[in-house]
Amino acid sequence: MLYDAPRFLDVGEAALSVEFGDAVDASINARVLALDAALRGAALPGVVETVPTYRALMINYDPLALPRAALIAGVTEAIARTARAGETNAPSKTLWRLPCCYDPAIAEDILEVAAVLNLSAGALAKTHAGLEHRAYMYGFAPGWCYLGAMPPALAVPRRKSPRGPTPRGAVLIGGGLSLIGANPMPTGWYVIGRTPERLFAPTREPPLLIAPGDAIRFEPVDPATFTALDERAARGDVVTRRELLA
Amino acid sequence: MSVQLRILAAGPGVTLQDAGRRGYLRYGVTPAGPMDAEAFALATKAAQAPAAIEVSLGGLELSVEGDALGLAVAGGQFEMSLNGRPLPPACALTLQPGEALRVRAGASGAFVYVAPYGLFDLPLALGALATHTRSGLGGFRGRGLQAGDLLPIGEARPGPVEPMRLVASQLARGAARLRVLLGPQQDHFPPKAIDAFFTARWRLSAKSDRMAYRLEGPAIRARRGHDIVSDGLAFGAIQIPGDGAPLVLMADRQPTGGYPKIAHVIGADLPALAQMRPGTELGFETVSWEEAVAARAAQARALAQEPLLEPLAPALTSEYLLGRNLVSGVSDGGE
Repeated sequence: MLYDAPRFLDVGEAALSVEFGDAVDASINARVLALDAALRGAALPGVVETVPTYRALMINYDPLALPRAALIAGVTEAIARTARAGETNAPSKTLWRLPCCYDPAIAEDILEVAAVLNLSAGALAKTHAGLEHRAYMYGFAPGWCYLGAMPPALAVPRRKSPRGPTPRGAVLIGGGLSLIGANPMPTGWYVIGRTPERLFAPTREPPLLIAPGDAIRFEPVDPATFTALDERAARGDVVTRRELLA
Repeated sequence: MSVQLRILAAGPGVTLQDAGRRGYLRYGVTPAGPMDAEAFALATKAAQAPAAIEVSLGGLELSVEGDALGLAVAGGQFEMSLNGRPLPPACALTLQPGEALRVRAGASGAFVYVAPYGLFDLPLALGALATHTRSGLGGFRGRGLQAGDLLPIGEARPGPVEPMRLVASQLARGAARLRVLLGPQQDHFPPKAIDAFFTARWRLSAKSDRMAYRLEGPAIRARRGHDIVSDGLAFGAIQIPGDGAPLVLMADRQPTGGYPKIAHVIGADLPALAQMRPGTELGFETVSWEEAVAARAAQARALAQEPLLEPLAPALTSEYLLGRNLVSGVSDGGE
């Protein structure tokens, strides 16, 4: 739900959370990202770093350099500016077509979670690949990119206890959501596919490809294509198609 | 000749840290940086250096090759010795080739910082040297230091000719009551749970690390489950996961999390928390935002002062007395 007015919440004395709602929702997230962009443009002295998430913008700041009241005044003004400019409902400007292999030989958990959902692995893959996803936020680990809510057919709770480290480029579902896990991490989510793309490559410029607010579609590839693309990605190639949306 | 630090021995959890990675939280990248930012600032300021070796309870032994190198040390009450000669836990010294500095866990404290008079000549990762071992980012090959590692030091300078004591009242830490600011998700907890949080004697769990300090005590229960829509995590955030055991997020925290945060440890008390060892008992008390900022300002004022170095008081060992010819003076009393 979108709040009538944003909430300003202290996160300790050196961070402020500006909360626009309490749900995973594109219109809430668009407000978060619009405020983030406006604050980056405004470059308020004393703002250290901002962290956009699904429904809130966390602003790390130095309260000795920027009093909280001044920060809140600056944020309030920025919110009004973005609303006037119509930026709070801005659709995605960029679409990424990410290759994804849903084959059980590569997608480690797809048979298991398909059984939980009472679907065939093929139907699960087809449904997931048929969606246009939104990159809402990063979190948890470098390049772990959180996508939006799954339709009821793919809404599965997380595992009760975490599985071992995911393969690189894991495409995951869990907790009613979907995400892309750049590097191996233990997780309670299910691996339903893998992308050969390196979402996070610290020595590449840029280290990250996808920005919050971008749209994502998964393009199914077979295991042989996955392996070929993975080899290219390992050499530093970007194997994803990027389209600019009108 | 180039100067290198040679790691002779290192326990687990010895890492290179600078002030931390900035600008990449939005991409899920952990900030890392020192657990005790205050001790880190003292050591690096004394050495006029941007980075230090963070030593945990496992200890460290190192030597220098190429030329003499100054080192400044500050943190917990660790046992320091230079070629067997005991030094105070906070000090500045010059390490000569052929000498060894030994750092071992002492009376109290969990971390100590060893800052070279110079800089680590190593590639930065995303603009910072700070090591995050879980993602293999930064520091020396993205990992903790091990015996045999050679750390190239640029712009190496010697330190004081004789070891000096680093005088810093901040390092005398004892308060087991940590001040917190409530929220931002305190409304997820019934008054009974908030009361329990503040009246409990908590014990720091052995399952604590640079990512989070886990507390043992009564289970704190939220009103309606322990899942929130994930949002940003600050250093000192106190998350309450489903098992009801508080997790205080530290330097290696993940940038976002999905558990409600009942409160945040204020910035001025994070160093004291970082220096607590597993088994330490602690409690929380709530303060206002204004009090938290005042404490932060006082801490910043103290850190803005130039580090004070003073000569070591001579230790009254027999070796020392012999060296001063006092013992022989007594025994030859008939002269």
